[in-house]
Amino acid sequence: MKRRVVVTGLGALTPLGNSLHESWEAAIAGKSGIGLITKFDSTAFKTKIAGEIKNFDPLQYVSKQEARRYDNFLLYSIAASEMALADARLTIGSDISERTGVIIGSAIGGLATLEEEFKNLLDSGPRKISPFAVPAILANLASGQVSIRFGAKGPINCAVTACASGTSAIGDAYKTIAYSDADVMIAGGVEAAVTQLAVGGFGSMRALSVRNDDPQKASRPFDKDRDGFIIGEGSGIVILEELSFALNRGARIYAELAGYGCTSDAFHMAAPPPGHEGAARCMRVAIQDAGLNPEDIDYINAHGTSTPLNDLYETQAIKSLFGDHAKTLLVSSTKSMTGHMLGAAGGVEAIFAVKSLQESVIPPTINLDNPGEGCDLNYVPNTACRQAIHTAMSNTFGFGGVNAVLLFKKFNESQFHKA
Amino acid sequence: MTLEEKVINIIVEQLDVTKEECVLEASFIDDLGADSLDIVELLMEMEEAFGIEIADEELEKIATIQDVVDFLRQKGVQ
Repeated sequence: MKRRVVVTGLGALTPLGNSLHESWEAAIAGKSGIGLITKFDSTAFKTKIAGEIKNFDPLQYVSKQEARRYDNFLLYSIAASEMALADARLTIGSDISERTGVIIGSAIGGLATLEEEFKNLLDSGPRKISPFAVPAILANLASGQVSIRFGAKGPINCAVTACASGTSAIGDAYKTIAYSDADVMIAGGVEAAVTQLAVGGFGSMRALSVRNDDPQKASRPFDKDRDGFIIGEGSGIVILEELSFALNRGARIYAELAGYGCTSDAFHMAAPPPGHEGAARCMRVAIQDAGLNPEDIDYINAHGTSTPLNDLYETQAIKSLFGDHAKTLLVSSTKSMTGHMLGAAGGVEAIFAVKSLQESVIPPTINLDNPGEGCDLNYVPNTACRQAIHTAMSNTFGFGGVNAVLLFKKFNESQFHKA
Repeated sequence: MTLEEKVINIIVEQLDVTKEECVLEASFIDDLGADSLDIVELLMEMEEAFGIEIADEELEKIATIQDVVDFLRQKGVQ
């Protein structure tokens, strides 16, 4: 029988703040974390805006030597993991270390380090490549560094599914516990790709907004004037535990992770198909996995990237799956505030979905002034909505045709004991 | 500043150790907690600072701070 999995700790670092508390307060206040790019000189780039992490001090988490050697994607994942473990009041001692695993997803890994070291190579030759280049670039080193730092000796992996990476990681971690391979998993996503190659490359694909004169208005999912996504960076990490393990240690339970779906479009390397059947099917798989029906879903934290195609097709997918219920369920895109954190998006947005359940507040989709054609759901425009919900899903879709959906359910302890 | 002091300053910065730990006979691995990658990075820093090149065969012979100082002197660094 499948074991039940609950969420007991949350840690986040986003363009909205350097902790979950700051990020969540800003999200429900409808603030934007987007601004002009400071990480490199963007003069020659069409897009000059991004959702950057601000005033992050790595020395709060690592030594001076580590801060110098590690790419930001490693530093962000260490910081978010430390915050998540502290939030769960969990220390990984020798009694649980072999039953504790790590799966942190990243779309690109240490891209900034790759660019810097490649420049060293071109400028000064191969002898000038740092011996710490490779372990700062490999995407799975986020999981690796976190496992080393906190002593997690159980299953370890890394999900690399582009913009769905964080969701894939949490979904795989959930299955790892459900299948009895671990009792505790540190899982989520990270990205630190506000770099020349990423901003230039996504720019060449015409995927990015060029609303440089008004950065805070640039990410506008479902709005008729949306013109592309904004690259964001950050990390969102959750602590997952097997239900009885969590209850036995008296852990505070945020929510149950009740379902996970993963499907492929088998259509195009970057674009979703009209109607986005793969996304609808993915939501259905997650709902079935949780033993629920579409009518049971109260809130969807949408992929909602602010690109013309995604927002329309995701809306179509929701309508095709939920039918009439699509008119009542709440849908919002927190990317309107954080930008698109690529591999970190799934981690952070899963956390926002869990917080919505816990606090009965749905963060808004900001900059939604005039819904685009065909975008006619309740997107919680511009102002957060106070409403008790029992289920929340988090959608993420990635290049390569990946769809990944998590389904969280309110956890009611008295109900559990009765059962 | 003597050559020894210059070398020790770089080691303190690169290996995150104290000046007091950096006695000349200190072994990078056994006393200063370095691993093989730390030593490669440290010697790249020395190459940069003193404008010299350290071949891989020479790198293998370097175990202590004194070894670095001797090597640099032999290369004509003052």
